[in-house]
Amino acid sequence: MRRANRIFTAAVFVFLYVPMFVLILSSFNAGRDLAVFEGFTLIQYAELFRDEDLLRLLLNSAIVAVLSSLIATALGTMAAIGIHNMRGKLRSLVMTMTNIPMTNPDIVTGVSLALLFTFIGGLLKTRNVMGFVTLLIAHVTFNLPYVILSVLPKLRQMDSDLEEAALDLGCTPVQAFFKVVIHEIMPGIISGGLMAFTMSLDDFVISYFVYGPRFVTLPVEIYTFTKKPLHPKVYALFTVMFLAILLVMVLMNVLQARDDRRRKAGRSH
Amino acid sequence: MSKKKRWLSGPYVLWMVIFTVVPLGVVAYFALTDNITGAFTLQKRANVGSYLPIFLRSVGLSLVSAVICLLIGYPVAYCIARTKPSTQRLLYLLVMLPMCMSFLLRTLAWVALLEDTGILNTFLGKLGIGPLPLIRNYAAVILGMAYNYLPYMIMPLYSVIVKIDHRLVEAAQDLGCNSVQVFSRVILPLSLPGIVSGVTMVFVPAVSTFYISQKLGSTGTILIGDVVESQFKGAYNPNLGAALSLVLMALVFVCVGLMNRFTDDDGEEIVTI
Repeated sequence: MRRANRIFTAAVFVFLYVPMFVLILSSFNAGRDLAVFEGFTLIQYAELFRDEDLLRLLLNSAIVAVLSSLIATALGTMAAIGIHNMRGKLRSLVMTMTNIPMTNPDIVTGVSLALLFTFIGGLLKTRNVMGFVTLLIAHVTFNLPYVILSVLPKLRQMDSDLEEAALDLGCTPVQAFFKVVIHEIMPGIISGGLMAFTMSLDDFVISYFVYGPRFVTLPVEIYTFTKKPLHPKVYALFTVMFLAILLVMVLMNVLQARDDRRRKAGRSH
Repeated sequence: MSKKKRWLSGPYVLWMVIFTVVPLGVVAYFALTDNITGAFTLQKRANVGSYLPIFLRSVGLSLVSAVICLLIGYPVAYCIARTKPSTQRLLYLLVMLPMCMSFLLRTLAWVALLEDTGILNTFLGKLGIGPLPLIRNYAAVILGMAYNYLPYMIMPLYSVIVKIDHRLVEAAQDLGCNSVQVFSRVILPLSLPGIVSGVTMVFVPAVSTFYISQKLGSTGTILIGDVVESQFKGAYNPNLGAALSLVLMALVFVCVGLMNRFTDDDGEEIVTI
């Protein structure tokens, strides 16, 4: 029974990874068709690094992802600390608001923000309201709940006496806050921030409704390309990003392992 | 607990009111107004009812894919939870990784696998079978949904199953349960919160998707997401699009509310990396 389950699990992992291997293989394909392998080449990688437009799109995506995750991490951490100190109706009201973008389908979030921006654009009498700013606002909005929901559990795990101890030992409230509270919840802040970053980097649906022609991100452009046949250098980019994300995840895994070890060591003292 | 610290939530609350609550009001405003005159109208929205078959199709296909994800994801999550901690972490990472990769390109890879001259049909052709109609039908759309959202099912299931106290299982065995009874009376009820959140996390994006149905489906498999998208990007009628979004949102909230009745979760836990 157990063995059958292991074989089944292995098969599911194959199912999850087959499409990605098709794409990775295609990045070495001399032909253009995903379905026909015509011979090995590295030319797509050369093409990729020569293609300024594609790199520009990647840079745009990275700019939005970095900025939106930083803003969301700062605002979200502050919010989580505030929520942690709330009780009753106020707390459930704020949590309901946090859950709206989590529960709402992305398309509804995208459409609602697009309509808000068009509405504001109408009031300001500008025709091209969509652009970098609207994209950034949208990304911060959908990133915020991820940060809050990964910081809150860390606040709950934290020993609330620690801060008071720091105050008793002569820390100013500001020092106690940064040296004790922020230090204790750091793993939650980091994982929330990273989650926000990856969500933002790969977001297509919401971006698609609030982007403007002056500032396009990679997923949006891929969608508009896929109406035509796609150039294989995009698969080379996919492969590079696959490796980069693998690296980030391994790094996070190591960080988390260290955090767990430290926690265990702390308990045995 | 200090009341002063509550104010740290201020900027966030302000942000969410402006960019989450107000936009929903704007959607409602657009949904109830005429696209040319801007006057309030309900008559123009009477045709929303004609989209009922498309709504039903979207709900049907995404429920089927959520059930498939549950049936596939449960044994996988269970298997991961029973390995040693370092392996668990690695496998969890492998489940997460596809979620971070472009879902547009991954869906496109399925087109290459399934199309009439695609990888699977070429392979089958060599075996003398073929070409099978693997794409542009309901099955392909369900496959696309199940494939894309399977990690969203495995993650919450895993995090619930891994926390089940193994002593409970042993106690049930000692008290004379066979393995089927242990599963149905102990493990399954304890993993219910994970099932509910997994089904929700698959259902919500699946019911509102438009890319999967565009690439893997045909004109016969149009989903509500496709209609909404085309109101904003093609046949420009944002008012109708807003009305349909509003219905979609209400539908999702009702479904999620119904599913959450199975658990008494406070909704403050999420699966983190």
